[in-house]
Amino acid sequence: MASGDKVTSMQEAVAELVSDGDTVAIEGFTHLICFAAGHEIIRQRKRDLTLCRLTPDVIYDQMIAGGVAKKLVFSWLGNPGVGSLHAVRRRVEGKEGNPLELEEYSHFGMICRYVAGAADLPFFPIRSYAESDLPKANPRIVPIESPYGGESIYAVPPLNPNVAIVHAQRADVNGDTQIWGVLGCQKEAAFAADRVIVVVEELVDEPVIRRDPNRTVIPGMIVDAVVVEPRACHPSYAQGYYDRDNRFYLDWEAISRDPASLEAWLKEWVFDLGSHGEYVEKVGQERWAALTPKESWSDPVNYGEYT
Amino acid sequence: MTERAQHGRPYTAAEMMIVASSRQLEGERVCFVGVGPPNIACNLAKRTVAPDLELVYESGVFGAVPARLPLSIGDPTLVTGAALVANQFELFAYYLQAGLIDVGFLGASQIDRYGNINTTVIGGYDTPKVRLPGSGGACEIAINAKKVFVIMPQSNRTFVERIDFITSPGHRDGKRPPGWGGGPSVVVTNLAVYRFAESAGEMEVASLHPGVSLDHVRENTAWDIRVAVTLEQTPPPTEDELRLIREELDPEGVYTR
Repeated sequence: MASGDKVTSMQEAVAELVSDGDTVAIEGFTHLICFAAGHEIIRQRKRDLTLCRLTPDVIYDQMIAGGVAKKLVFSWLGNPGVGSLHAVRRRVEGKEGNPLELEEYSHFGMICRYVAGAADLPFFPIRSYAESDLPKANPRIVPIESPYGGESIYAVPPLNPNVAIVHAQRADVNGDTQIWGVLGCQKEAAFAADRVIVVVEELVDEPVIRRDPNRTVIPGMIVDAVVVEPRACHPSYAQGYYDRDNRFYLDWEAISRDPASLEAWLKEWVFDLGSHGEYVEKVGQERWAALTPKESWSDPVNYGEYT
Repeated sequence: MTERAQHGRPYTAAEMMIVASSRQLEGERVCFVGVGPPNIACNLAKRTVAPDLELVYESGVFGAVPARLPLSIGDPTLVTGAALVANQFELFAYYLQAGLIDVGFLGASQIDRYGNINTTVIGGYDTPKVRLPGSGGACEIAINAKKVFVIMPQSNRTFVERIDFITSPGHRDGKRPPGWGGGPSVVVTNLAVYRFAESAGEMEVASLHPGVSLDHVRENTAWDIRVAVTLEQTPPPTEDELRLIREELDPEGVYTR
């Protein structure tokens, strides 16, 4: 891994670090979902990806409609608070295109898969799945006996994506990355992955990171590229920067229900735009203003100076 | 189904379902909250019968004090002012799996008499008629929460003899494996409140909502449903409950009209 300045463009990061056939995780639980990375992957017409996420969300509906995926690894398949992901459902229900291969877990199962991947373990034990049909649907969820006797639990296998893409509020040029708000399982996904792309709202000087090291979630040591792309999570949100654009999530229901309107949306909002900068402009100042929260600062803490 | 409240416009079946759910939280302490109706029910309970309720969201937020109705379980309004934000491994492992959650709320597309829940698929798994969202955190909530409350609309297509897929296990034949939480304890629908007979782990009608007859319940249940020894009437929503829902918790009526 090269040291020093890892800052690059989204176009270059995706071109260099995401290959056809890769297993890709764009994580972020409701919060910090990097739509801009998904759009760039669609724009570069990557193919045969295995997409991993707890909640595939609208971003994977878009990517699957964009033809980039052959397989989905997930735990909750819906448009949160709204309804269905229709592009995914059409492929799963056999109504459109090649069948999409599914590998299905529960949330905790997916999280533990990343944990096992990050910790280099052959499996992770959890109490979920007994008496459920999920192990029948997914033979990789396996019952095991405790080696210390007495208890039967389940094992899930490690998940080691080729690439993890994580959005964050800020990082420095080394890739030391700070996140606040809902943390999801981005840290685990990043440590589990071979390659890590961090996308940030703001690039900050190294001392800003070092003055608050407890907030650093991902060390630059495991980061391959830092992409500075403000507002890259829209219509998802970044705590303290912009709110979730719930109107978009509601609108997506009608857009994704109709294959023709979904195709038109991808043309207008992905293929006809050269970059996320153009997308931000197209969303428009009025909408950005409506999505900007009032400020609510935490109090500084005293780390002390020990000389 | 709608009845007139003491004042104002009639309450809806959805409002009755949410109010009846919130009342079940009386005396409870730590609640794992789902999005939609459970979220409104929990926030209503916090303002009425359970002021000390800690709201825990599977996004990792503990002790949330949402200033607006959260649009999702990971809404930023849950974070600002919360007691703690954990990463999701900690939340599921230390809080849920280790048994710190008193009540977990689940929705369901199908439920059987033992409280087994399907949110995965209608039809066969490999040849689905309808592909539903799947487990999310439901499978582990059903297993690990001390009690499970279910909120769902009722018909003989949702209250079924045999569910198409067990996403989240209930009581089976009244037996839960050692180390598990207590499983489903209450089911609240648009028609009635149900509890589980302790011996058999089987659902029984405990309380009929206003205007709902036992025949109506039977028509909307695909098995021969048991009836509690003392069948009660659900009191209609109070003015205060309706005011909180309509003015504070769901002013646009997204989940309650």
